[in-house]
Amino acid sequence: MRILFYISLFVLSIYGHADESELSDKHLVKVADPYIELHTGPGRGYPIFYVVGRGDWVELKFRHADWYKVITEDSKEGWVSAAQLSLTLNPSGKRVDIRDPDEKDFRIRSWEYGAVTGELEGLAVLSFYGGYHFTENLSNEIILSQASNSTSSKLIFSPLNIIHEPFPDWKISPFFTLGTGWLQTKPKSTLASTVDRTDQYANYGVGARMHLTKRFLLRFDYKYYEVFTSRDQNEELEEWKVGFAFFF
Amino acid sequence: MESRLRLFLLGIFAVMPFSAVAQEKQPADAEQPKEIIQQDPVIQPAVKRREVKQADIDTENFELSAYAGILSIEDFGSEPVYGLRLNYHITEDFFLQGAIGISEAGRTSAETFTGSTILTEEQRNYEFYTVAIGYNLLPGEAFIGRKTAFNTALYLIAGAGNTTFAGDDRFTITWGGGYRITVTDWMAVHLDVRDHIYSIDITGEDKNVNNFETSIGLSFFF
Repeated sequence: MRILFYISLFVLSIYGHADESELSDKHLVKVADPYIELHTGPGRGYPIFYVVGRGDWVELKFRHADWYKVITEDSKEGWVSAAQLSLTLNPSGKRVDIRDPDEKDFRIRSWEYGAVTGELEGLAVLSFYGGYHFTENLSNEIILSQASNSTSSKLIFSPLNIIHEPFPDWKISPFFTLGTGWLQTKPKSTLASTVDRTDQYANYGVGARMHLTKRFLLRFDYKYYEVFTSRDQNEELEEWKVGFAFFF
Repeated sequence: MESRLRLFLLGIFAVMPFSAVAQEKQPADAEQPKEIIQQDPVIQPAVKRREVKQADIDTENFELSAYAGILSIEDFGSEPVYGLRLNYHITEDFFLQGAIGISEAGRTSAETFTGSTILTEEQRNYEFYTVAIGYNLLPGEAFIGRKTAFNTALYLIAGAGNTTFAGDDRFTITWGGGYRITVTDWMAVHLDVRDHIYSIDITGEDKNVNNFETSIGLSFFF
């Protein structure tokens, strides 16, 4: 008896859900472009197997990269390139290309995340960072880096990296940076003396960023570290890195 | 002379109305189509186009996969490996990938032969992460029988990361390729082969090792 009750509850819940989704989730659009071509897959090389003319209705299911999965009125499912739906997707009927983030969005970005790799004084280094832009010219980045070679490995935590970008509207935009953080050095366990040490450092550097496409940018960094060791002499390190980042 | 002048004047009078008409007609001809365009359409569209915002449409650019396979750890035998990979598809050609994986190294031939131990149990833990860029080199379709076709892609990946093994962190270069079979709109099967290269001096001298990983994975788009 109880099982029956649960089954009926389950069935009811399915029906309830189906009704709701049919109303709200279907994105029916009338084709406003001269025609749209349905490909068998989300790529330029997949064969076209069906064409829908202007005025017919299609349902947009979802988007994958630059392709929309659509279902026609007679239940044909296929992939249409975003470029071919540019009129259909714009209710005012004016021709507007599907807008991907561009140079302007790049200039006024607030958040930036990326991974860069390169060399830190003979050690291969890989860094992850997140940055927030206060203005077009000023931002701060939090960086976590891991570096290693055959004799030691380093872990660098850098919570403060003030970046000044004097010409944010240049195609390749240079920047200057000033920062501080902590550097942990771990000699390899195969070496005789294995004492970990953590020191604070200050660094300055230069670099450049370039908008690639959509939300992506290319980045180059050069930094000079002054590590305040507990020994008599400060340690000086040079670092260069290149990598990709994306922005919001 | 007089008659010739009269003839001339008459001729002018005779031609003038025509030229006047011609002058009037020319601008009229040019304006006519404009007036037609400016008229309201005869049939007013009865169906109002429903507004669909681009932002409302689901994007399925992320792909999370869980995988299992065999990792050949140079000098330490071949061991099972498990991991997760997250892909972000930027365009139909390129994607970004973040991957993590764990394994545990076995015993070297020397250890088995002499009964000695080079690494402690804890040092045999093998953990790695990779950030990579991928390229769909050969997209295509695969057929099973007459009626079923799956979209597929042969892709290449290259990236960098870190491996924690034998108690130390090691900068690691990873490259490889894979085959993706998209089973449904939201699920795919992956077959992957990749090479993890790092430098290690555990066996006495510093050397670059190539650890090959073969795996099968199941991924979900969201």
